[in-house]
Amino acid sequence: MTDNPMEKMSVVEGSYATAHAVKVCRPNVISAYPITPQTHIVEDLSQFIADGEIDNCEFITIESEFSALSALVGASAAGARTYSSTSSQGLELMHEVVFNVSGMRLPTVMTVVNRAVSAPISIWNDHQDSISERDTGWIQLYAENSQEISDLTPLAYKVAEDKDVMLPAMVCMDGFILSHVFEPVVLLEQDLTDEYLPPYRPEHILDTKNPKTFGSFADPSVYTEFRYMQQKGMDIALKKIEKAVDEFTRIFGRDHGGLIDTYRADDAEILLMAMGSVVGTIKDVIDEARIDGIKVGLLKIRSFRPFPVEAVRKTLADAAVIVVLDKNISLGLNEGSLCTEVKSCLYNTDINTPVMGFMLGHGGRDISKGTIHMIIDKSQKVARSGIKVENEFVDVRGDLI
Amino acid sequence: MKIAIGGMVEPGSTRVNKTGGWRIYRPLYHKDMCIKCGICSLLCPDSSVKAQEDGYVIFDYDYCKGCGICAYECPKDAIEMVLEEK
Amino acid sequence: MSRLAPGHRGCPGCCDAMAANFVLEAAGDDVIVVSPTGCLEVMTTPYPESAWEVPWIHSLFENTASVAAGIESALKALGRKGNTKIIGLAGDGATMDIGTLGLSGAFERGHDITYVCIDNEAYMNTGVQRSGGTPYGASTTTSPTGKKSFGNRTQKKNMPAIMAAHGAPYVTTTSISYPKDMMRKVKKAVDIEGPCYIHAHAPCSTGWRFESARTVEIGKLAVETALWPLYEMEYSEITGVKKIKNKKPVEEYLKAQGRFKHLFTREGGEKEIAKIQEIADWNVKHYGLE
Ligand SMILES: Cc1ncc(C[n+]2csc(CCOP(=O)(O)OP(=O)(O)O)c2C)c(N)n1
Ligand code: SF4
Ligand code: SF4
Ligand SMILES: [Mg+2]
Repeated sequence: MTDNPMEKMSVVEGSYATAHAVKVCRPNVISAYPITPQTHIVEDLSQFIADGEIDNCEFITIESEFSALSALVGASAAGARTYSSTSSQGLELMHEVVFNVSGMRLPTVMTVVNRAVSAPISIWNDHQDSISERDTGWIQLYAENSQEISDLTPLAYKVAEDKDVMLPAMVCMDGFILSHVFEPVVLLEQDLTDEYLPPYRPEHILDTKNPKTFGSFADPSVYTEFRYMQQKGMDIALKKIEKAVDEFTRIFGRDHGGLIDTYRADDAEILLMAMGSVVGTIKDVIDEARIDGIKVGLLKIRSFRPFPVEAVRKTLADAAVIVVLDKNISLGLNEGSLCTEVKSCLYNTDINTPVMGFMLGHGGRDISKGTIHMIIDKSQKVARSGIKVENEFVDVRGDLI
Repeated sequence: MKIAIGGMVEPGSTRVNKTGGWRIYRPLYHKDMCIKCGICSLLCPDSSVKAQEDGYVIFDYDYCKGCGICAYECPKDAIEMVLEEK
Repeated sequence: MSRLAPGHRGCPGCCDAMAANFVLEAAGDDVIVVSPTGCLEVMTTPYPESAWEVPWIHSLFENTASVAAGIESALKALGRKGNTKIIGLAGDGATMDIGTLGLSGAFERGHDITYVCIDNEAYMNTGVQRSGGTPYGASTTTSPTGKKSFGNRTQKKNMPAIMAAHGAPYVTTTSISYPKDMMRKVKKAVDIEGPCYIHAHAPCSTGWRFESARTVEIGKLAVETALWPLYEMEYSEITGVKKIKNKKPVEEYLKAQGRFKHLFTREGGEKEIAKIQEIADWNVKHYGLE
């Protein structure tokens, strides 16, 4: 435990906090391709390498994101702790490899600096990129601020590399809003991180003295079992994340919540749900609304995959209305992904609370406090008179359409 | 069999699959004509011609698929392809 | 010696298996092999079996060189590189078409890997579709002959030239029909530090439609007609050429294969054959084969 946390704080950019967290995790192979807004992370890591600050580490200045993650397939199978980072188009280009890494049960960790996807091309933040990789078998953790992104990094390695999990992990942070903003953070201490995160020692590696075959071809008589085992790994990850959080708190003395976190949720009639940096704005609005006597609270999702069904159900059980904010949309369903998950967890239960979905913040559109207040107003009406509109876009400019 | 995490597989394990059953023609070895050049064992795609210590070869009919390459390339016609009797 | 174990599902007379065996024999046991999706991968590793006796990994169709680069980097970082050779063993489609991006990147960065392209001149695994390695006039399932078609309209992509342009220490062509040549070149490549590229011509009896017993003979005809020149390049300069003693007309090579049959049965075929002869003549001149 630290004595006075303020004393240990440095004011750094979110990207630097992330790169520093990666450094103290002692990666062996880093392979990444620049893309806004991820660039500062790989630049900072390159500088660490140039300054000789990461031992036993190769940085591959690779020619594409597709190859960036592919190189990590080889590196991870050879026994290396591996790292990459990307955004948006880079993640989309990786897609085929994203599935491959988790199917091969290679516990690489990647920071996704969330950005909207093209077309139209946009460098600004939303969650469409990582959400589109929802079903690929990667653990997905979302950070609210720079400290959390920093702290989630060793946690992601710890869970991913657990011998009963062995799944890759994405740690997601909002582009610009977190990556390019300077905030006071406690940079992870090397000694504490070493205590927290043991070296990566996989059971099977590419080894000329013990020559195994990796990446076989599976016919219908065995393929199902591969998928089943990945899901089992996810189930186990749920518990391991909770455990890793406890251990983190014990060693570092900080706590951002487990699979989920809540804010003023205990007696809340209106429960807002969201992931990432928008949670900060929501908390401020909740404080304001509470002054006006509105019983509103927050359920923040930290682990989107594995999805904490039980924790979500328990938290939502007593709410009068559930309000889900999504920075993404499933086109053709007119619904954000978190909203879909929440509804699916409540079906077949006794909870019959209306769930309202709001899609906002696309392509970097600012989410103002006013917008959140407006959403709370709407939800109060629904709490009184029932739900009519299940999902809607927020802040659409009528003058443009 | 239990699937190991990630589906890692043991080396050389295709040996359980006896491909000899695919054969239509069978290589017949005329040892007396063989000059022990080793071409057949080098070329065989199914590693089914094995050179012995004395330089002569033996055929592994468990796996030989009867492609005929060994016979075709033998400089001394010491291998003859004959119809497989089943 | 770690040749492929028998029991793999390659066709009788499989050229990919022969190529893999020559590479394995030459490179020794201290190797890690990476292969892309393709015939070699599918036939050697149907779960839970593997024909590989050395550590082997398959990830995807188009990332062999990148995976190999990652392994090399990992071994270096972990202090385990020693004398271990990392070898990519990939089809023409995986190499010359879909995987060129990663291959180019790996060579430009200079990883210590040896990359062997097993060029059977089409996508065999998916049913003999045309690739960038398919020669002029060949009929494949996506460049079929027809009332208005004499088969494939393009020449083979000059992949060795592209690889040589990266300034690689060693780039060479070879053929599975010359196993000693191929093994010598593999040995040379794996012993050179840095990225080396070997382009091995590999006649596929199934895809090219000839009797499997004639696999080696067909490959020799490609070399003897000058359609497949054998040469070595070091740092972009040609340093060795296999001369042809009695050059044969291209017809001898073409008529032995079903994929060129239409050139001999259809009106206008002679003109097409003449064009193919021009390609051979260009090779003779360009590489100094005579
Ligand atoms: C991204 C992607 N596209 C297409 C395929 C389908 N595919 C698998 S193997 C293959 C062709 C392989 O051809 P080549 O590399 O020449 O190897 P060969 O089978 O001929 O030895 C194709 C098209 C795939 N697996 N992945
Ligand atoms: S016929 Fe073919 S498979 Fe059989 S031994 Fe000869 S080369 Fe090998
Ligand atoms: S190729 Fe013919 S001569 Fe040479 S070892 Fe084989 S059987 Fe004997
Ligand atoms: Mg091919």
